[in-house]
Amino acid sequence: MKLTDAEQAMLDGRDGPAVQKAMDLLLRYGRALGAERLVETHNVVASVSASTPFMREFARQNGGMEAVFSQFSLDSDEVVSIPKVRTFSVHTQLGFDPAQAERMGVDEQTVQFFRKGEAFTTGLGIQATNTCTPYQVGNIPVRGEHCAWMESSAVVYCNSVLGARTNTEGRESVGAAMLTGRIPYWGYHLDENRLGSHWIEVDTDVQSTADWGLLGYWMGEQVQEQVPVITGIRSTPNLARLKHFGASASSSGGVEMYHLVGITPEATSLQQAFGQRKVPTQPLRYGLRERRETLERLNATGREAKIDYVMLGCPHYSLEQMWELAQLLEGRRIHADVQLWVFTARATKFLCDQSGYTRIIEEAGGHILSDSCSAMSRAVPPGTRVVALDSAKQTHYLPAILGVQAWFGSTAQCVEAACSGRWQELAV
Amino acid sequence: MSTRTLRGRCVVPGVAEGEALVTHDRISGWGGIDSRTGTIVEVRHALRGVSFAGKVLVFPGAKGSSGWSNAFHLTRTFGVAPAAMLFNEMTTKIALGAVVTRAPALTDFDGDPLALIETGDWVRVDADRGLVEITKAAQRSKASS
Repeated sequence: MKLTDAEQAMLDGRDGPAVQKAMDLLLRYGRALGAERLVETHNVVASVSASTPFMREFARQNGGMEAVFSQFSLDSDEVVSIPKVRTFSVHTQLGFDPAQAERMGVDEQTVQFFRKGEAFTTGLGIQATNTCTPYQVGNIPVRGEHCAWMESSAVVYCNSVLGARTNTEGRESVGAAMLTGRIPYWGYHLDENRLGSHWIEVDTDVQSTADWGLLGYWMGEQVQEQVPVITGIRSTPNLARLKHFGASASSSGGVEMYHLVGITPEATSLQQAFGQRKVPTQPLRYGLRERRETLERLNATGREAKIDYVMLGCPHYSLEQMWELAQLLEGRRIHADVQLWVFTARATKFLCDQSGYTRIIEEAGGHILSDSCSAMSRAVPPGTRVVALDSAKQTHYLPAILGVQAWFGSTAQCVEAACSGRWQELAV
Repeated sequence: MSTRTLRGRCVVPGVAEGEALVTHDRISGWGGIDSRTGTIVEVRHALRGVSFAGKVLVFPGAKGSSGWSNAFHLTRTFGVAPAAMLFNEMTTKIALGAVVTRAPALTDFDGDPLALIETGDWVRVDADRGLVEITKAAQRSKASS
């Protein structure tokens, strides 16, 4: 790989051993990819948290939080002193909500260790946003900005909706990026890899957040990790719909970039979306039949109508969704046999407290949690067998992770299930 | 005893050999493997319940969460990493995952390893030279009998 003078100096140890280890890892990673060079980045979304008993033990045996960072964020067996980060770096979701550890079944020792770790990482300059949706709480890159992001649902939003550029990075590459301000120039950083590969024509109304989730889930199955170009959308979606759409497509397939013609920034026309690539002669069609079959596949594990748990907030709910939920729950009461947990970013939770939504949701018997979700934490209310969800992504993961039955539907349908205790198999 | 060879591009340098474990399914890291045992746990995966510890893992590529590299990194920490990795589809997940697993790895082959290698074959991976030597399981059992 070709290095600039500044990169060579980092590799030679000018900025100390941690930066040297970081640059060495970026070179090994870049060579593995077949990248020709690195690119500057000033925007990192990372997980550096240590929230498991294993990490606690690793830190105890190997030299504390710097040992955890050296090994799991820089791939260095040698424990090096970690300097403050060079790039703007924000944290992804965690393994639990430290403010609601007891509700999530996490012991005090683990919480204490996590707090120690968080003090270490915020001391390095990593923002404790703790969300899968950094673009909702202060990290909104501009079009063309080179980023190094983890979290597949955030990656697809970054590339597609914002027009910024990132690959799906991992814990070690973002650790190296935050100390060096570099990431391999490969994949979605290059113009030619952002062009469309498949054309999808939508033949039915796609309006609600549930509609967008179903379209995304079907699309991911069709194109896997390729770049779909979608036409036939009749009304412009909002943030929550595109957040759900991308999360669905990146869990059923591995979609990291899509184009909505006339809506997303690199697709003012079908021709622009495909660029020098050939526009396929025939589109794949998504109509009512595809929608119905996708819903049936998602609901394949649902057998019993009696609901134990309603989980909302995957990806983390927007402020607008919290407002909608408060309206749906105001003056109502959640069934005594049902728990309703809604997950959002900690910063959004603060706004909900300010705006009165927390009070409305809690008066109805619901709980607002932040920083995590049931799939990440593996935490559900005790005795949960049947779950209602308004997220296709969470419906994809939870039955596999916890062996529960899952029903997917609209937010309103989930609120009805929470209040009545039963899943109504209406048209979503 | 005759061996078949494949040539590929080095992803992670090094030399290793072992019994092949072949799957035509992509592998998920986070949520798809148990990092403490090196076992594939994904529901509906062809290798569900099978451990890749010490094996030459032959697979199409990576899928799923950005936790892929960390899940494979931990297999090295727990001593249950694959001996080597051979795969066809290059992505950031698998490149970083292979690097931090530190097992010799190759891609971009002159033939399809998924077609030429079967579970149980003995495979020697010389990633420094971009070379894979395959001894078929049938010949191995003949030689040992």
